[in-house]
Amino acid sequence: MESLNCEALGTRGVNQRLRTLPRGGQALLLQPRGRHNLAVGLSSEISIHIEGNAGYFVGGLGGTRDGTGPDIVVNGFVGWSVGENLMGGSIRVRGSASQSAGSSARGGTIVIEGDASLRAGISLKGATLAIAGDAGAMSGFMAQSGRILIGGSAGHGLGDSLYEAVIFVAGTIASLGSDAVREEMTDDDILTVKELVQETGFDHIDPSRVTKVVSARQLYHFSTHNHGAY
Amino acid sequence: MCGVVGLLIRDPSFEPQLGSMLVSMIGALDERGPDSSGIAVYADDQRRGPTGTSLPRPLKISLGSDAPVDWQHVGETLSLRLGAAIGLQPFGAGMVVEASESVEDELLLTIATSFPQVRVLGTGRTLRVLKDTGRPTETCARYGVAGWDGYLAVAHTRMATESAVTVLHSHPFVPTRDLCVVHNGSFSNYATVRRFLMANGVRFDSDNDSEVAARYLAHRLGLGDDLEEATRWVTKEMDGFFTLVISTAHEMSVVRDPFACKPAVVAETEGYVAVASEYRALAELPGIATATVFEPQPEEVYTWSR
Repeated sequence: MESLNCEALGTRGVNQRLRTLPRGGQALLLQPRGRHNLAVGLSSEISIHIEGNAGYFVGGLGGTRDGTGPDIVVNGFVGWSVGENLMGGSIRVRGSASQSAGSSARGGTIVIEGDASLRAGISLKGATLAIAGDAGAMSGFMAQSGRILIGGSAGHGLGDSLYEAVIFVAGTIASLGSDAVREEMTDDDILTVKELVQETGFDHIDPSRVTKVVSARQLYHFSTHNHGAY
Repeated sequence: MCGVVGLLIRDPSFEPQLGSMLVSMIGALDERGPDSSGIAVYADDQRRGPTGTSLPRPLKISLGSDAPVDWQHVGETLSLRLGAAIGLQPFGAGMVVEASESVEDELLLTIATSFPQVRVLGTGRTLRVLKDTGRPTETCARYGVAGWDGYLAVAHTRMATESAVTVLHSHPFVPTRDLCVVHNGSFSNYATVRRFLMANGVRFDSDNDSEVAARYLAHRLGLGDDLEEATRWVTKEMDGFFTLVISTAHEMSVVRDPFACKPAVVAETEGYVAVASEYRALAELPGIATATVFEPQPEEVYTWSR
C-alpha cells in the first residue's frame, strides 16, 4: 500500500500519485486535515483509505459510465458535496457528512455512517446514497433517479420537487417538500431496502418498517389551468 | 465566498496563544477571501492604581483610512490638542487612540476636521480593530498578529461581491462600542433596511450590505433586545444568504440563514470555542482531535459567554 502525506505532497500532488496507481492498487492518505478535492476524478478500480477528516468534494467526479471506479473510505468526517457527480465505485464515510452529500451523483454508492447535513442527495441522478443516521433539511431536492436510504430521521422539506428518485426513511420525517408523497411499500421495495441494508451493514434498519417517499408528479408538466398565471 | 472566524477563549491560559490560533484560522481561509481582511481583538489590559485598585479603562478608538495617511502627524496633532488625556499606539495599517470618555467628542471632532480621510474603524473598552486590503496571510504577517494575546477575536477574509474593495468596506463592522459583526454571504434587501435605519438617524460608513446588518443589530440592541433577540431580528428582517459571527465584550454568537447557504463549523473545547467557515480553519487548533465539532443549524442562534 502506498502511503501519501497530504501535507507534504499537497492536494494536486496526492491526486497525481493516485492517478498513476494500477488497477487493484491501494493508497493510504495521511494528514488530510479538512483538505478539499481529495481523490477526485479517478476512474480506475483502486482502494483509497483517507485517515482523518476531509474537506469538500471528496471522491467527486469518480468512476466510469459502467459503474466501476475507486473504492474510497474516509475514517473521519467530510465537508460539502462528498461524491459529487460520482459515476461509479464507492465512497464510505465513517463519520458524518456536511451539506449536499452525493449531489448529482449518477452511479456508484455513497455510504455515510454518521449523519448527513442539509440537502443530502440533491439532484441525485442514479447513484445510491445511504445514510445511517439523520439527514438534514431539503434532502433529496429535485433528485432525478437513484435511491436514498436514511437510517435515522429526515429534516424538513424531504424530497422537494422530486423526480424519479426513491427515498426510504427508517425514522421520522419532519415534513415533506412540495410534490413529495408517501407511498405504500411493495414487496419489491422491501427487497430493495434489504439489499441496501446488507450492502451497507446498516442492520439497525428494519426493511419492513421504512417509509417510502416518491414524487407525486404534479410539478412535472405545464398545466393548462395555470395558464392565466403566465 | 468570504471566510469568517470567531474565537472565544474560556481557559485564560490560552489567551497568550490567541494570536497564533487566529493566524492559523485566517490562513486556512485566505483563498476564500483574498482581496482584503479585518480582525477585531478583545484583550483585558486592566490597569491598576498604586494601591492595587483597578482604574477605569479608557476607550480605545481604532483608526484607519483608504488614503495614505501620515499617522505620526495625526498623533502629534491629537496630542497637541488633547495632551496627556490620550494615549497613542500604532495598530495595523492605522493607529489606536486611548482616551477617556470625556474627551471622545473633541477627539472625533479634531479627526473629522483635520483629517477627513481618517475614519474610526471601531470603538470599545477592550476592542481594537485592524483592516487592510491584500492577502489576509500577508496582513497577519505584516502586523504581527501571531504575537497578539486576548480573550476574544473575530476576523474576516473578504471576496467582495456587493461593494468595493477598500479598507472601509472591509469587515468587521463595529456599529457600537465593543460590538463586531463579520458576514459571509450577501443580503438582497439591504437598501430597504438601510433606508429604514437612516430615517431613524443611523449613519453609515460605507455602502456595504454587511454594514446594514451590523447597524440593524445595533439598532435592535439599542431598543433593549439581548444579543440573541437582536440576532433573531436580523434573521427575520434581513433577506439573503449569511453566516454571521457576532461579538460583544463578553459574548460570541453565530447564526446562519434559513437555507444554510453559507458554511460554518464550530469546535468547542473546555479551553475555547472556535467558529469558522470551514473545518480546515480549525484543523490546527490545540486539542482539536478531542473537540466537539458541529455545524450550526439554519436559523438557530448560538451564543457563548466568557
